[in-house]
Amino acid sequence: MQTFDLEAKGLRALNETLHAQANETNQTHWQIINPRGSHAIAVGLDAPIEVIIKGSTGYYCGGMNKQATINVHGSVGPGVGENMMSGTIIIDGDASQYAGATGNGGLLIIKGNASSRCGISMKGIDIVVHGNIGHMSAFMAQSGNLVVLGDAGEALGDSLYEATIFVRGSVKSLGADCIEKEMRTEHIKILKELLEKAGTTCVPEEFKRYGSARLLYNFNIDNAQAY
Amino acid sequence: MCGIVGLFLKDKKLEPDLGTMLTDMLITMTDRGPDSAGIAIYGQDIEKRGKLTIQSDDPKLDFVTLQDKLLAALGCTVSLNIKDTHAVLHMPAAAIAAVRNEITEIDPTIRIMSSGDTIEIYKEVGLPRDVAKRFEIRKMAGSHGIGHTRMATESAVTTMGAHPFSTGDDQCLVHNGSLSNHNSLRRKLVREGMRIETDNDSEVAAAYLTYKIQQGSSLGEALESSLKDLDGFFTFVVGTKDGFGVVRDPIACKPAVMAETDQYVAFGSEYRALVNLPNIDNALVWEPEPATVYFWKH
Repeated sequence: MQTFDLEAKGLRALNETLHAQANETNQTHWQIINPRGSHAIAVGLDAPIEVIIKGSTGYYCGGMNKQATINVHGSVGPGVGENMMSGTIIIDGDASQYAGATGNGGLLIIKGNASSRCGISMKGIDIVVHGNIGHMSAFMAQSGNLVVLGDAGEALGDSLYEATIFVRGSVKSLGADCIEKEMRTEHIKILKELLEKAGTTCVPEEFKRYGSARLLYNFNIDNAQAY
Repeated sequence: MCGIVGLFLKDKKLEPDLGTMLTDMLITMTDRGPDSAGIAIYGQDIEKRGKLTIQSDDPKLDFVTLQDKLLAALGCTVSLNIKDTHAVLHMPAAAIAAVRNEITEIDPTIRIMSSGDTIEIYKEVGLPRDVAKRFEIRKMAGSHGIGHTRMATESAVTTMGAHPFSTGDDQCLVHNGSLSNHNSLRRKLVREGMRIETDNDSEVAAAYLTYKIQQGSSLGEALESSLKDLDGFFTFVVGTKDGFGVVRDPIACKPAVMAETDQYVAFGSEYRALVNLPNIDNALVWEPEPATVYFWKH
């Protein structure tokens, strides 16, 4: 295990060090101490390494991640895992706004709550939130799965494309063109796998599925009220 | 952007350190707004005594003769403590309004930063580190305080455009965001007799809360109605003589983190601002909900 003191060595040195790890690196385990809410910790990683962050972080932790597994032993600020491509990010605490925004792939697990705009414009990422999510989550989400074990805030899935949303608790309100949909075998299979990966004991049958009614895909004057 | 910090102490043992804690928190937020910085501190409450914080671009010239002029005009002894471009005037609480009016008569270029029993506001163009140093904020004790570092959007970078804004005795407000209905609301409040001195949107929010409180609302109720009457983006942190409140607009784009322990309630635009507070690792840390009023009272 390599230990990196962020406070002593600085952010640029940290990210350069982590970027220097190739696919076949021997230094596969990293621990970052003294994150103290700093921004852009462990962004742009592209190696199958494991990074543990001992404390809470600021903006954009783990952004653009490829391959790496990042575990934050604390809470994260806005934009965790933004535009993530692959790999896994696990947040032990809460996440602020737009967690997993525009994510293309990989798995983002938030063990606490996520606030507003979780999964906004997601493009293939899977997000599992153990707690609740805030308003406008999965806004314009294109593909991937957003799984919420708690409750969802206002305007869930507004202007949704083909992402799938699973919510176990209540939904305060659905956004434009987002509807509850039938939970079919293929959805139960996807959800079961994600719940297992996220280390929960919940069963898929406790969830409802939400998706796009596909009425806003093309401009239609009859839908002007909904745009 | 803009950076906000706030600290409301529950434990009196921390009161001597308020200025230092708040200064450190504000310096951490410097890169959220380099234009100007300001701090409001609520200090010791001395019975029947009040104070004014005033500012002048030429303090040497303006402040030296002020005491004598006030004595001659009002027969009132006012003590004056100069700190850089600001000065704190101590006087009997009952004389505050008269002294304030007289200062404006004597020299209209002197600006009133705050008035009340316990509040002092210091604000200037510049970085938090420099502003805090000029006014020796670190040495200040108090029960609660609010700091702001500004990235200007809605009005010019000037001393009077800096936060906190105070539009009523012992009241202050700092704002991260921008209001879109401030011009119409300003006109309405001015018609109701409110004193608004700048073109700044945040001052209108402060005056709005002052107006509501004058109409009989508690600070909590005033914040509640601001959600209905103010249009735009905002995270507000407000102070009164014994209260500390936080509210975010329903969209809640502007960041906010809070922490609470047995010793304090703290606010930061980012968690970075809170990391040096005592026992922060065991504090309850959360993001204030949108359109929800948070309010603490001594």
